[in-house]
Parts: sequence; structure tokens; C-alpha cells
Amino acid sequence: MPTLISLKDGVYAAAENVFADVGDEEAIPAAGPVILSLARFQAEGDALLGAGRSVGVRIQPDEAVEDLAYDLPRLALVALVFPRYADGRAYTSARLLRQRLGFRGEVRAVGDVLRMQAGFMVRCGFDSFVPADGSTPEQWAHAAGRFRHVYQRGADARAPVFEERS
Amino acid sequence: MYRYDVIDREFLADRSAEFRENVTRRLAGEITEDQFKPLRLMNGLYLQLHAYMLRVAIPYGSLDSRQMRGLAAIARDYDKGYGHFTTRQNIQFNWVRLGQAPDILDALAAVDMHAIQTSGNCIRNVTADPYAGATAEEVDDPRVWSELIRQWSTLHPEFSYLPRKFKIAVTAAPKDRTAARVHDIGLVLRRGRDGGLGFEVIVGGGQGRTPYVGPTIAEHLPAGRLLSYLEAILRVYNRHGRRDNKFKARIKILVAALGAEEFKRQVDEEWSRIDGALADAPDTELARIRGAFTPLAFETLPARSEAFEAARAADPAFARFVRNNVKAHKKPGYAIVEISLKAPGQTPGDASAEQMEVVADLAERYGLDDIRVTHEQNLVLPHVKLDDLPTVFAALRTAGLGTPNIGLISDIIACPGLDYCALANARAIPIAQSIARRFEDQDRAELIGELKIKISGCINACGHHHVGNIGILGVDKKGEEFYQLSLGGSGQEDASIGKILGPGMNAEQVPDAIDALVDTYLAIRQGDERFLDTVRRVGFAPFKEAVYADAH
Repeated sequence: MPTLISLKDGVYAAAENVFADVGDEEAIPAAGPVILSLARFQAEGDALLGAGRSVGVRIQPDEAVEDLAYDLPRLALVALVFPRYADGRAYTSARLLRQRLGFRGEVRAVGDVLRMQAGFMVRCGFDSFVPADGSTPEQWAHAAGRFRHVYQRGADARAPVFEERS
Repeated sequence: MYRYDVIDREFLADRSAEFRENVTRRLAGEITEDQFKPLRLMNGLYLQLHAYMLRVAIPYGSLDSRQMRGLAAIARDYDKGYGHFTTRQNIQFNWVRLGQAPDILDALAAVDMHAIQTSGNCIRNVTADPYAGATAEEVDDPRVWSELIRQWSTLHPEFSYLPRKFKIAVTAAPKDRTAARVHDIGLVLRRGRDGGLGFEVIVGGGQGRTPYVGPTIAEHLPAGRLLSYLEAILRVYNRHGRRDNKFKARIKILVAALGAEEFKRQVDEEWSRIDGALADAPDTELARIRGAFTPLAFETLPARSEAFEAARAADPAFARFVRNNVKAHKKPGYAIVEISLKAPGQTPGDASAEQMEVVADLAERYGLDDIRVTHEQNLVLPHVKLDDLPTVFAALRTAGLGTPNIGLISDIIACPGLDYCALANARAIPIAQSIARRFEDQDRAELIGELKIKISGCINACGHHHVGNIGILGVDKKGEEFYQLSLGGSGQEDASIGKILGPGMNAEQVPDAIDALVDTYLAIRQGDERFLDTVRRVGFAPFKEAVYADAH
């Protein structure tokens, strides 16, 4: 099992992944939290949520997070997929989830998730990570926190340099 | 010069530490080349034909003497004693060893410089008018806005993994010295009828294999709304730019596919959803940046300098230098001095460590400690007293920097080409050298007047051949280098993409072909029209005939 790292109150820690990541061809487990694709969620999500299940949605880079706008208050988690680390669309998706759509649940980075990108992810509002490079929580925290200053506002709470200066 | 504060310095120190740590991990085999690549590429370190190449950012082409000396020291300590100034106002060192790269970054940080975002699919080093702060033409200092963009774009969390690289140019003068219309975004600052500053925003211009002159999507964006508008453009691009084919991934392809109007509609819609209070820079920060540019101690001088006039009358070489390399300054008694890095036989844009030090010394003693790099790969001392010009010229000439050819036929832009670059199909530098030698006669060069030749060694067009009045593109034809000529391009305010003249030719034929083009122009030009004007007026026919009649 790959490590799951979660960020809570500024602390990075190993976390247990309680969600079953359900592929489109797989049967949905009878109980427990699940992560579904957007299409599957749109077809079957209501029933699961109605049954009191905890549901997350997996969003591919070419899917618009805005399509989830009305469902977000009921979702436990949105998993944003990086098919390759160089595909930066999930950064926009994360920022929009946090800043435009006001999502307060977990935003998880999955796929080609590398420590080198930790800082960007955290600043765009991701708060859980499934590293593809075997990073430990300590390594992840080190990479994400190495810059004492940030030049622009992100989806995190960090004050940009122009606020530090004023 | 923008003066770094503690925050800017700590940021560079953190970046240096990050890079050193990861180079150490890479050299120890703890991370793979694939894992290292994203950081290497966002720090300007390319693996080239013979060695690593490090591209150092010179934000908006602006340097002081301390920084120029820093670059000279790096050229001496880590390269073969020279550096190469690029068409993005940056400098490249072509002979770097990976293990030394962290030390070079530390040496750069010591003079407030870096290599951040000089490569990779991110917002690259912002370029600006090299005459900023010196020309009377500008409505504001474009460096202030460029520095604002530099800070905003530095390690931008959302826009560091774009579909492709992203280049922004800023100018505030009607005469465009930045090639704004062939950038991903070109920003032209103007004053509106109400007196307010606003940007014309040009998006989706570019060169490479599909050249475009970019359309304007905002005529007069209120200057204070710049960052939120850039955010909107970048977000539309990040989401919808193509990622399936790197040759179709630049924003120009998206703009062309959607059409400028639809692209503008999407940007405006996105922009309307962005909270400007959060996304735009506060006025206080803009004022702080403006204040962080060292105020210059201009003296009150008469417009006419006797020493200057006497030298001009007595020394024809000085007079020639003044005619071609010296431009009008906004302050009486001062001049803008261009230093050509295109001496005949030289590699365009190359400067030795000694030459860099000479320029640094002159800037410090005679130039209010200010130096610029132009996108045409020359240097500028933007503030020199007319009284000091004869002394400055003499020192430049001694250092091999007195070539009086700015804007003339031998002031050629060329990419590194097959001599250095892993992508190139053909050599570019030797072609530039052979043309420069052919037109070494300065009287003839001045008679010809403004004629911009630009040479690329492959279709990626780093030598800007699409916007050359005469463009030369090197291609590989069954293992042989061939050169395709195009005419009628311009990267200035009257931007246009050149068109191919006819069949390609080999390297030896190129200088003859240029000669034929020039002779034709001289025979048919009217009044003081430039080469470009003549081509636009009469079309290709006489030029084609001259070149290909000669070739038979």
C-alpha cells in the first residue's frame, strides 16, 4: 500500500486510507467509504449518500470541478489525478475547489505525485497526498516547507511577501 | 536597479539550498534523472550536446556593475571565460558541470541573481524595453510592472506546470524594442484619454513552427488590474491548452483554435469570477517596488556638450559610433549607448569575462551603475553623459566592444545552432559570421541602413528568423545543412511574419544571396525607405529574381 500523508493544522502525518478506490468496472463494496469516478458518482452517488455512506469523487484533469459544485457539501473527499507530474491542471482544480467553490473536505493528490511538487500542491489547497516516490511524511514536510516566503497568494493561509512587508 | 530586501534574499537562499540538496541526492543516486528533471528544468539547467548549459535570469535585462562582475567571475571560474547573452535578455553558460551548479547558484545569489524559471513549462523570465527609465518615449517605467510580474510568477503554485513555456514582454513606449506581438503575452502600457495607465494585452503571438502575430484581447486594461487579468489568461490556458502534443501546446495554438474573440470571452468570464481585492497587487506594494528602484542622480546639464561635439568633429570613428550606437536620452546632456556584441567574426551575443568587466567598470564610473541586455543580444549603458562619451567609446573600442553596427546588416540575431544545441539541424553562428564579414565595410552597411537579419538553426526559431527583415532558417536535408530565406518579417510595433522566398541553398551560397537582396534593394528603394518598407511596397518578385538568377 502506498503511504497516505495527511496535512492537518500544519502537521504532516501518515494516515490510514479508509476509502476504497473503486474503478468503473468494479463492484461498489457493500459498506465503508468509497471514491468513485465523476461519471459513476453522477450515476450512483445519490443512492450511496442517501444510504449514509461517505463518498469521495476522483476528478481527472480534463474534468471540471465546477460540475461538482452542488454536491460538494455532501462529499467527504475529492481526489485530483496527476496522470504525469507535468500535467498541472489539478493545481487549478484544487484552487478552484478551495477558493471558488468553498470546499472544506479533503483534497487528495493521487497519481504521479512527487515530493518535488509538494510545495505547489500545499499552496493550491491539497491536504492529503499519495506520493508515488515513496516519500515519508517527514520528507514531504521538509519539501513543502522549505521556503520561508511566498510571493503570491495561494489557497493556503500563508501571507504573501507584500503582506509581510506592509 | 530594483534593490532586493531581506525577503528577496532569503527566498534565493532557500532556493539555492533546495537545489543543492537535490543535486546531492541526484549525484548519490538517491533520485532518478526523471525525478530530478522537474527541478533541474525549472532552474535553467539543460543537458546539451557537450555539457550542461545553465541559463541565468536577468530580469527584464537589467543589471548593475556588481552583478555584471558576478557574471564575469562565473564565466571565468565555471565556464571557458565567456558567456552568451540571449534573445530573452538572459545569459547562458555553455560548459557547466552538474556538480558545480549549486556553487554557481550560490555565487549568483550573492549578487541577487538566480536561474529560477529560465526553463521549464512555466512563466519564464519577463522581458522589457532595454531603454526603460532612459527614453523620453515611455509613459511609465516598464521595469516596475516587470518586477511585479517577476515576483507574482516566481514559484507560482498554480502555474508552474503549464502545457508549455510561457513568455511575457512589457513595454511602455510606442517604439517596440521587446517584440511584444510575438510573445505568449505582450503588454504595451499606454495612457488612456482619462489619463489613467492601461495595458494593451496581446495574447498568443509566437514564433517556432507556427508563427503568429498575436491578437489584442484588451485595448486598455486598467494597470492596477494586471495580475488578476494575467491570472485569468493563465487559468484558461492551464485548463484548456493542449497537452497531447508539445508542438501544439503553446497558448498561440489555443488562441488560434478558439479564435481571438472566443478566447477573450473565456478570459473575461474567468476574470469576472476572480476577486480583484485578493488577486491584484495592492497599490502599496506597487509603490514599494517603484521605490525599490534606485533613484538616479541625474545632473542638470546643457543639451549640448562641447567635448562631445569636438570629438565627433575630430574622430570619424567616434562619429560613426555615435550615428549608429547612440540614442536620445530623456535628460538633456545624457545619451543611451548601445554596445554591440556583434563584432565581425564573433559569435552573436558572446562576451568574455574581461569584456563584462569593462562594461561593469564603465557603468559604474560613467553610467549611473546601470546596464541592460537587449533581446537583440547587445548591451546598453542607458545613462551616459555626452561629456563622457568619447572616453567611454575609447574604452569600449580597446575592449573590442566598439563595433558601430546597431540595427545594421551585421547586427545579426542567431541562435547557438548546431555548434551547441541538441535540437538544431544546422549551424547558425558561422552563417552569421560569414554575413557579417561580407558586410564588414561600414560605409556600405550605413548606406544600406536598418536591416535586421535573424538566423535560426531549426524550426524552433530561437534566432527569431520569422521576424527578420531577412530570416534564415537552417534545415537538415538528407544529412546536409540547407538554409531557407524568408523576407518581410518584423518583430517591432509593425510586427509581421516573413514569408519564404524560394528554394533553400547551402551555407556557402547564403552571403551571395544576401548580397543580391541588398543590391536589389539599393537599386529600387525610394527615398529613405528601409529594406522592410521596400519589400512591403514591391513584393518578392525582384528579390526572388536576383537571388535565384545568381544561384544558377
